[in-house]
Amino acid sequence: MTVLVVAEHDNATLKVATLNAVSAAQKIGSDIHVLIAGHNATAAAKAAAQIGGVTKVLHADAPHFAATTAEGLAALVAAYSHILLPATGFGKDCGPRIAALLDVAQVSDIIAVESPDTFVRPIYAGNAFATVQSKDAKKVITVRATGFDAAPASGGSAAIESLSAPAAGDRVQVLGQELTKSDRPELASARIVISGGRGLQNGANFKMLEALADKLHAAIGASRAAVDAGYVPNDYQVGQTGKIVAPDLYIAVGISGAIQHLAGMKDSKVIVAINKDPEAPIFQVADYGLVGDLFEIIPQLTAELG
Amino acid sequence: MKVLLAVKRVVDFNVKVRVKPDGSGVDTANVKMSMNPFDEIAVEEAVRLKEKGIATEIVVVSCGVAACQETLRTALALGADRAILVETGVELQPLAVAKLLKAIAMKESPQLVIMGKQAIDDDANQTGQMLAALLDWPQATFASKVDVADRKATVKREIDGGLETLSMPLPAVITTDLRLNEPRYATLPNIMKAKKKPLETVTPDALGVDVTPRIVTLKVVEPPKRKGGGKVADAKELVAKLRNEAKVIP
Repeated sequence: MTVLVVAEHDNATLKVATLNAVSAAQKIGSDIHVLIAGHNATAAAKAAAQIGGVTKVLHADAPHFAATTAEGLAALVAAYSHILLPATGFGKDCGPRIAALLDVAQVSDIIAVESPDTFVRPIYAGNAFATVQSKDAKKVITVRATGFDAAPASGGSAAIESLSAPAAGDRVQVLGQELTKSDRPELASARIVISGGRGLQNGANFKMLEALADKLHAAIGASRAAVDAGYVPNDYQVGQTGKIVAPDLYIAVGISGAIQHLAGMKDSKVIVAINKDPEAPIFQVADYGLVGDLFEIIPQLTAELG
Repeated sequence: MKVLLAVKRVVDFNVKVRVKPDGSGVDTANVKMSMNPFDEIAVEEAVRLKEKGIATEIVVVSCGVAACQETLRTALALGADRAILVETGVELQPLAVAKLLKAIAMKESPQLVIMGKQAIDDDANQTGQMLAALLDWPQATFASKVDVADRKATVKREIDGGLETLSMPLPAVITTDLRLNEPRYATLPNIMKAKKKPLETVTPDALGVDVTPRIVTLKVVEPPKRKGGGKVADAKELVAKLRNEAKVIP
């Protein structure tokens, strides 16, 4: 059985979530193809060919794939029985569009593969896990990165096959992107994440977390409350409707622990909670809770790390 | 310009859901139901477009059991003009809902369809994209700002690394993200008025749509419980534990 993974990339490099999707694909079949649809994306295609376990890379290069809009991908993937995308902003945008054009009910956000047609996915913000079986002949699936280890980025030597890119409508124009610039690791794939909540009181206080994040080479995240209050941009948000993370270490600072937030981080290996309210629900999921004033504790913690 | 809204009746976001002991699903009996919060944002956006004189009529659709009428009445109280209930007792999945909405869109010919990016029950995040695909319309998912002018929509949308601005000709499908707007509350006079607004009921059969589920839920279980609750006294002890016990920092 051949499984296709639709890669997320920026034409030069692969997004890490693609590697997790490849790993999920390996639990379904052994013949793994990766699609790179992009523009001047030879570097991304070469990177995909090196992923351990990948048997073939399909490279469709066209100007209309430069910025990934959801249109035009379905025609490239129709031949496969299993089509997997990472459950990132990209995959969530494109996956259902592909599925509907193939008349397939998509299985979203899987965290485990039970068999080639049966998968486990969280529902109700992760408060329940559903085991679901797809009755469609083809499967279109988005993969939650935290459910699968990343496939090795090197060690493979798959052949790269060029595909002619079907003409796509030019209806949707990308007028621009405002990307958050940061030297820190990507939130969704960082080994350590430090997140701030309403307890930080304002955006300027997030600077405190930066000093700590620098020491730990950590990414910085935030609760929805902190994003809604305007302390930090939305792409910092960890939670049911933001990013789902599962780092080795998650440090929640001034976050009470709403269900919505827990849904985005409770699969982290080790959770630290720092909050002045001993009753805050975040302590119920924390391995190490520290009750106290974060404005005293964060500088102490930063100093302790020397 | 006509705007079509799709709203879903879901377990209220404040309810802590419980998995049924027999593993067949979550317990929704005697649980408070509300409009999906992302759909409330969609309703608000449509009402604002009407207040700006851009939208002329707002038609709201919900698909599901008879009780979805309550959800539709809420949308009418918030400012929608008329409602359509696609009534069925069958468990509706996103592809089926997208097909029903397509059938309605073909009849109503809206210039814009707005709905929430995902429902907080199944967390599928599919219906808007599927509807756009079936209609062969452009889509703008996860919208945080919408401008409509000259038969075009300019949409700022939330992507993983920040924001992206798209421009597309109408008709189009837009799905809402949290920061698009802050929904208003329905006033009592508007709730009363909403009772008199037209609400039409149709069936999937009448729309010619087969809604048979394609995905079967085999079992639903509670997620593994985390053993939390550990405490440390101060920053020093925390660092020591992270280093020596958890071994997650050097």
